[in-house]
Amino acid sequence: MDNLYSLTAHKLKELIEKNGLDPSKILQDLFKRIGALDDKIKAFVLVNKNKTFEAHKSPSAKNRGKLSGIPIVIKDNICVKDELTTCASKILEGFRPPYDATVVRKLKEEGAQLIGKANMDEFAFGSSCETSCYGPTYNPWDLTRIPGGSSGGSAAAVASDQTILAIGSDTGGSIRQPAALCGVVGLKPTYGRVSRYGLIAFASSLDQIGPITKDVTDGAILLSVIAGHDEMDSTSVDLPVPDYTNALIKDVKGLRIGVPKEYFIKGIDAEVYSSVKKAISILKDLGAIVAEISLPHTEYAVSTYYIIAPAEASSNLARFDGVQYGFRDKTSKDMIEMYIQTRHKGFGKEAKRRILLGTYCLSSGYYDAYYLKGQKVRTKIKEDFEEAFKRCDCIVTPTSPTPAFKVGEKTEDPLSMYLSDIYTIPANLAGLPGISIPCGFSKEGLPIGLQILAKPFDEETIFRAAYTFEQNTDFHKRKPVL
Amino acid sequence: MKIIDKKAVQHVAFLSRLALDDSESEEYCAQLESILSYIEKLNEIDTKNVQPTTHALSSLKNVFRKDTLGPSLDVEAVLKNAPSREGVFFKVPQVIESLGKASGSDLKMHRRVEGE
Repeated sequence: MDNLYSLTAHKLKELIEKNGLDPSKILQDLFKRIGALDDKIKAFVLVNKNKTFEAHKSPSAKNRGKLSGIPIVIKDNICVKDELTTCASKILEGFRPPYDATVVRKLKEEGAQLIGKANMDEFAFGSSCETSCYGPTYNPWDLTRIPGGSSGGSAAAVASDQTILAIGSDTGGSIRQPAALCGVVGLKPTYGRVSRYGLIAFASSLDQIGPITKDVTDGAILLSVIAGHDEMDSTSVDLPVPDYTNALIKDVKGLRIGVPKEYFIKGIDAEVYSSVKKAISILKDLGAIVAEISLPHTEYAVSTYYIIAPAEASSNLARFDGVQYGFRDKTSKDMIEMYIQTRHKGFGKEAKRRILLGTYCLSSGYYDAYYLKGQKVRTKIKEDFEEAFKRCDCIVTPTSPTPAFKVGEKTEDPLSMYLSDIYTIPANLAGLPGISIPCGFSKEGLPIGLQILAKPFDEETIFRAAYTFEQNTDFHKRKPVL
Repeated sequence: MKIIDKKAVQHVAFLSRLALDDSESEEYCAQLESILSYIEKLNEIDTKNVQPTTHALSSLKNVFRKDTLGPSLDVEAVLKNAPSREGVFFKVPQVIESLGKASGSDLKMHRRVEGE
């Protein structure tokens, strides 16, 4: 039999429920695996060995939740009561939240085993997991490369079988891009589908929490648990939550798939291009109706994002001032100096860069030229999708223009780093759901991801298309050699 | 033409309550210049009659709830994370010099109210 750590949540659920597998065996297996790999990959900022075991001592068979006994890793920007939650930033040094994020509460209620916190780019600012104050996470497929970001720790942990499930957050591609680069499944739900309560805010109009998993079925199970209205997040939408596993239909006959011509342009890696084209032809062979569509404002998405996201971030990060929690500079004699020194010493380089950029775009005299202009172009980008979805049920694109790049390759050139999110950013600006699933490998053996986008609150179509593709291909079965 | 200069970067740094030394200001100035000139691209689009999108959800409306008492976080649990505290307060360095003494006695008064 396979090692337990290499299995999916739905397979383990079956073993627990039908074969009487003792869930503590999964944990033992997993902690052994983490012990062997953590030094190489550094996906975790915290591994929660003892507490999980303790919490698991008395699993009552009758009260089994949907994730009973299934291990999960939480990105470090999501609050877990009394556990270190730092956003991979020195400024939140020692912070132990007095409450659980809503998603964490739901996971606990369904019996999931929280085994640790995952590394990330500081405050989710990055596409490579290199801006973490703990140092970078490495890609399990090639340890000289980045795992993607910002949820790089979550994706790397799933890809290297150091967890069964993971939770990430996605503001401009932070779930989908690392999922693509690590060869796993990552879903950004529709804005408002999952409560953001307890997610330490980066850009409040773009942020969304979602699952990172080994296959599409696990993604559907996990989303069914975490989705839903929450009165603690007034932007969460009061719509019924379907059982997304019912959407796992192995059939795309008649499904109308749009392929935006603007996504296959200069700058895209040749192997990504051919893998994604091949994936589209597979879907077509399976009965989908494929048509070229146009999203004319695509080339403006990154510019728009790098006004709106830093502007919101600069405002959200104003709360980190050394007064209520986290790091405080103790050398300062007065209040203003304490604020300045705390923030100077507490924030990393990229965080400062985004705070400066955002503050500039919002500052007097520049607000109209940048922030307001960005919001107007956001409208145009949104309208592009509304127009496109009149003609198709979902949109299929590459997730990332290249496979995983080398550690350090883009750290000195922020703009080139920002451009690695060119295919994922539009969905955040328009609030759409999007998934990345494995669709190929480069000659060097690096995973390539396929992105599927759908209308707001139509995650079901995404699951249907993704599941059909997955069940007809083997890319999700390949594992990195570690 | 340059979009942003070192002086503007230092001004924005102060607004953001960040301290930048000379070489940091120069580094950020060059990087912000390159990002902002990329962003200039947006001027290609005519947005004269376009409404701004502040939010992804078009159905969004203000959310109200009944103004009733409910449980809130435990004060001790919240203060556990404070870098410095006094009684049930967050303690910070002095804000205004000449009021140093007065705020001390204010604190005592509050503490009596809290029953400490």
